[in-house]
Amino acid sequence: MIEVNGLVKNYGPKRAVDGVSFTVRKGDILGFLGPNGAGKSTTMKMITGFLRPTAGTAVVDGHDVTRDPVAVKRRLGYLPESAPAYGEMTVAEFLAFIAETRGYRDAAARRERVERAINLTHLESVRAQAIETLSKGYKQRVGFAQALLHDPAVLILDEPTDGLDPNQKHEVRSLIKKMAADKAVVLSTHILEEVEAICTRVIIINHGKVVVDETPEQFRARRPGARLDEIFRSLTTADA
Amino acid sequence: MSPITPVLKREFLGYFRSPVAYVFLVVFLAASVGLAFFVGRFFDNGQASLESYFVFHPWLFLFLIPAVGMRLWSEEKRTGTVELLFTLPVTTLQAVLAKFFAAWIFLGIAILLGVVPMAATVGYLGDPDWGVMISSTLGSLLMAGAYLGVCSLMSSLTKNQVISFVLGVIACLVLLFLGWSVFNDVLYAAFPVWLADLLANFSFASHFDAFTRGIIDPKDVVYFLSVAGFSLFLNVLALER
Repeated sequence: MIEVNGLVKNYGPKRAVDGVSFTVRKGDILGFLGPNGAGKSTTMKMITGFLRPTAGTAVVDGHDVTRDPVAVKRRLGYLPESAPAYGEMTVAEFLAFIAETRGYRDAAARRERVERAINLTHLESVRAQAIETLSKGYKQRVGFAQALLHDPAVLILDEPTDGLDPNQKHEVRSLIKKMAADKAVVLSTHILEEVEAICTRVIIINHGKVVVDETPEQFRARRPGARLDEIFRSLTTADA
Repeated sequence: MSPITPVLKREFLGYFRSPVAYVFLVVFLAASVGLAFFVGRFFDNGQASLESYFVFHPWLFLFLIPAVGMRLWSEEKRTGTVELLFTLPVTTLQAVLAKFFAAWIFLGIAILLGVVPMAATVGYLGDPDWGVMISSTLGSLLMAGAYLGVCSLMSSLTKNQVISFVLGVIACLVLLFLGWSVFNDVLYAAFPVWLADLLANFSFASHFDAFTRGIIDPKDVVYFLSVAGFSLFLNVLALER
């Protein structure tokens, strides 16, 4: 579903992402880990077609993002970090706008899409409220609703549980798990338990390079008995 | 159908979801009519024409259009919604055009809200030349488009709306002053005549002038449209950087 081939991104003289390659298959939930500034968000933004890679490419569902970004964007749902949205719109208005832009021109089809997204993310109670008045947890859910509105084959989630309380985190995780069977999901996170809880694969990225690409079990087996964050620390500070 | 429509619609309605639209409309109407009455001596002239109304438009636009244009891209960049917009199946050109036209339609409404009552007043009190009024209105609309294109470009360069506003005012000021006689003398002193002529030709004011005298010269129409078009082309490039 997603094939990432040697992605490189330079910001001026600084190389933020340095030859990242991996593949994600249908049914995979890939946990994308790494210290702040390691290049997680940049890599994700390149896969979504928002940033143009300096070199390399990503192929999403058979479409090369450097050649046909719009085709990739059609097939992909993306939750950007901190879930930006047009704050002055109500939840329902905003989702209707997303649906219309995503090509649901028919009013009935659009309403059905919006209803489905609202139900999936439990936004019924705030549907007529302006997004800027919502709490962080609800805003995050609006971002979620927007990302999965068109039932995309690929979901890219940048810190989907950031800022949520434990109940909301649990809910978001079960939602991701529920949807993942027929999708390829990439999610970035700082929370190592999250990886254990839902991910089928772990990639750790440090200084723009992939340092680990394995299953959570293999990751844990690196140092039996050690806590996950200890393993993470030893992998991401050793070469710093 | 292209995704221009929903983006345009959202952007346009966005003006009315916040106080921006109402504040702008009130200020624009008060300022444009106020200038005509108190500075332009609209009544004292004793003429059934809107000349004293339209003559201030290039100067009014200098501040009011950057105020509309400054948020076009800066706001999207600051709130991060630009990331949302450009991960929807929309090309950069479509997004730039959609936002530009939304703002242009909004400005068009503001201009018509000012012109129609003024024209009705003049029509009631006297026997005005309607052709001149129509050409002046058309010129004002086209000039607004050119100002807006420049301001949209400036807005795409920064996520700070204050910087965006200042850049917009300065860029428009240069384009306006190129045709001002005082500034022209400087131009002719500093540059060879052909270059000074060329530069002076790039002024908003001199192209707008013909419209206010009732002349719709295709050259002037093309001028305003190409200033807007070229700015938007650079706008696309700036966003795709």
